[in-house]
Amino acid sequence: MTQSSANAFLNLAETTTGKLDAKKIRDNFTEMAEPLNQNQAIIEADRCYFCYDAPCMTACPTGINIPEFIRRIGSGNTNGAAEKILEENIMGAMCSRVCPTEELCEQVCVRNDHEEMPVKIGLLQRFATEKTINENIQYFVPEKNSGKQVAIVGAGPAGLSCAHGLARQGHRVTIFEKRAKAGGLNEYGIATYKALGDIAQKEVDYILEIGNIEIKYGQSMGDDFTLASLESDYDAVFMGVGLGDVNPLRLENESVKGVSDAVRYIETLRQLDDASEMPVADSVIVIGGGMTAVDIAVQSKKLGAADVTIVYRRDQSQMGASLHEQEYAQINGVKILYSLSPESLLVEDGNVSGMRFRETQTNSDGVLTQLDTYKELPASIVFKAIGQKLLINDLDGSEIAMKKGRILVDEKGKTSAATIWAGGDCVAGGNDLTVSAVQDGKVAAQSINAYFQS
Amino acid sequence: MANLQSNFLGISSPNPFWLASAPPTDKLYNVNRAFEAGWGGVVWKTVGEDPNVINVNGPRYAGMRSNDGRVVGFNNIELISDRPLQVNLDEMRQCKLDWPDRAIIASVMFPLNEETWAKHIPMIEATGIDGFEINFGCPHGMSERGMGAAMGQVPEYVQQATEWCKKYATKPVIVKLTPNITNVLHPAQAAVDGGADAVSLINTINSIMRVDYDNLTMFPTTGAQGSHGGYCGEAVKPVALNMVAEIARTPGTSQMPISGIGGVTDWKDAVDFLALGASNVQVCTAAMLYGFHIVDDLIDGLSRFLDEKGMTSVDELVGVAVPSVTDWQNLNLNHVDKAVIDQDACIQCGRCHIACEDTSHQAITNMVDGFRKFEVIEEECVGCNLCVTLCPVENCITMVSQAPGEVDLRTNKVISSEHADWTTHPNNPMSVAKG
Repeated sequence: MTQSSANAFLNLAETTTGKLDAKKIRDNFTEMAEPLNQNQAIIEADRCYFCYDAPCMTACPTGINIPEFIRRIGSGNTNGAAEKILEENIMGAMCSRVCPTEELCEQVCVRNDHEEMPVKIGLLQRFATEKTINENIQYFVPEKNSGKQVAIVGAGPAGLSCAHGLARQGHRVTIFEKRAKAGGLNEYGIATYKALGDIAQKEVDYILEIGNIEIKYGQSMGDDFTLASLESDYDAVFMGVGLGDVNPLRLENESVKGVSDAVRYIETLRQLDDASEMPVADSVIVIGGGMTAVDIAVQSKKLGAADVTIVYRRDQSQMGASLHEQEYAQINGVKILYSLSPESLLVEDGNVSGMRFRETQTNSDGVLTQLDTYKELPASIVFKAIGQKLLINDLDGSEIAMKKGRILVDEKGKTSAATIWAGGDCVAGGNDLTVSAVQDGKVAAQSINAYFQS
Repeated sequence: MANLQSNFLGISSPNPFWLASAPPTDKLYNVNRAFEAGWGGVVWKTVGEDPNVINVNGPRYAGMRSNDGRVVGFNNIELISDRPLQVNLDEMRQCKLDWPDRAIIASVMFPLNEETWAKHIPMIEATGIDGFEINFGCPHGMSERGMGAAMGQVPEYVQQATEWCKKYATKPVIVKLTPNITNVLHPAQAAVDGGADAVSLINTINSIMRVDYDNLTMFPTTGAQGSHGGYCGEAVKPVALNMVAEIARTPGTSQMPISGIGGVTDWKDAVDFLALGASNVQVCTAAMLYGFHIVDDLIDGLSRFLDEKGMTSVDELVGVAVPSVTDWQNLNLNHVDKAVIDQDACIQCGRCHIACEDTSHQAITNMVDGFRKFEVIEEECVGCNLCVTLCPVENCITMVSQAPGEVDLRTNKVISSEHADWTTHPNNPMSVAKG
């Protein structure tokens, strides 16, 4: 992608260019957390108390037997540890990097009560799973061919997890993926500094190694196939389409140059070989309060932006990004302003020049009130990171029941249609975490398998 | 701060911490460094007859580690001094001249014939050393040649060699005992009968550390094969403490001064040995793992501990815990303890529950009113102390004794203030009527 085509894709002014040379960028984009070496892993594993009915296990959306895998690391049985993780979460490697562990397993570690320092569960999981993926040690052998065919839409975490679960049971899986690579948000939506070393693609390759799974790339629903055709051609269908559309700010001038999608920018950056070509401005405003807002803000800083400000409409306690993520942003020089609601975009010479905000107040019940005070901030790029929504095209006019703009499913991932299951970000009631998408795919695969047996 | 001056067998040393006969006391260079670091005395590495023995040129030591890398058990296959006797004697003489205020004991090992003792003991004593320690413990190599543990395991040999050593020595004689026996009281009594001035214990325990998981041989090996070694370090302390206490509390041996050895690493270990009847302690493994400066904490910690207890000398501590050691049959069966969990301190790891549930008495809950909670069920608790032992939070679970008059909810019996033990219990066929 050239600088000018990137600018066009990202809706940035023709003159927006990179700020730092390639070497400086490489230095900036080192790992968010250093991996543990063998000695560190064994010492850290020794800190685990091997709790009864361990709280960390209950907190893990995929229910990994955490004390057991840590015990195996401690005894030098790293491969056994990896198998323990992967039997519940086939994407354990990426999850160990992108899970908000400080709000899940590590938050409930009993060591917090003891010494305010949980066992580093995420780093231990990463230690075990990366060894296994780098050495391509496979633990699961498919059952004999069942003769059943399943179509999966979307090769993201939910779809891949479902595919692997079905493949283990001997079912044949065809995944229809819109893009050129599998992995979904792991490949396109996660900040570059969280997934260095091509780990997302290595994990996809590891999953596919089991066999029984074919991915058809460049396949868009509606254009290249229809949901109805899948229903008739396959014994079951799993929808793991994610959220393909971005929420708008609903402000005047929203299409003016310099107002860009965070998701699109993160994706472009992930796919670039040389990040120094990534266009970035001196002053950047990020609208939003989730992990995407933090990812885009931190990456803008790492690319050389002088002033990066995340502006969130409510107060800190309601911000979607964890305290750990907020702190990481601040350490990287990002300012976070709370209780400011976007009022209007300021425009100069056809390019965004700043934003006007209205101050807000959130009461103890979480109700937001607009105050009569305003604030203006200059910016030459404004990133929208206020959440994504289901691309209506992805449902292809089907009659599947919906709830709040997402697909309605039961606890097994079953939709209202007879042979269609769904999971991941596209279903209602989720928490938009990779690990939950993996769990959805796993549960749906079990449900589809049970349906085949019945 | 309490004065740690020690006067074991009339041998003066500025503190009760001696380095045991072992590699750290092999030669003058090491001993000088030890004395510079502050050790009160050394037992010079065992000397024997010329020609000197030969050591292997492969691994002599191996460790058993905890996961965080700490060596908790240690073993060695080194023999007695592999230098000519005269070299050792010259260095001992020089050392005593240079360090007149420190204790220097010569460890000796000779075969079972009187002429050898007659020839060597006066020669060694002439160097000016303060006393002898007879090595009846070395469990490897030397024992294959009929010395060390091979002699220490036969009480008659212990007595005989002790008698000869005493006959040709004017300085005190300490008999170092092997733990590789069924009952330490027999060789200890033999030492008494042979006229020993003191016993020291324990020497090392026969041991193989582990297997080499790649080669599936024992570990470590000298080339293709290995040989059992002597086990020591922190892990052996409880074995040593029991043997020390047995000697200290048994009529016939109880009057014998004891030099305590076995896993002393910090000052608390020294307190254990002293309170259970040792008059001083000897250290080897901890020094080999950390260097001679561990003596700083030994001295400082023991001194502060004595202050806290209102004691002004080490002698006041010696043996104070011995009366608390008795035979099982004398334990009061009317005494009842119950575990109590401090809910504010509990971190809810649940290990007390699963241990009690799986392996003991099903006396700890995992859920109360639908919430994760670990509480002792007094009706089931036998007071076994397992939960206290494994709880990772210090003082979170404690044993609380029930007072006479209270009801033990497990047995529904009122606690009696009377002492009742196995000797008078009706289930005991050998029961004696209470008189």
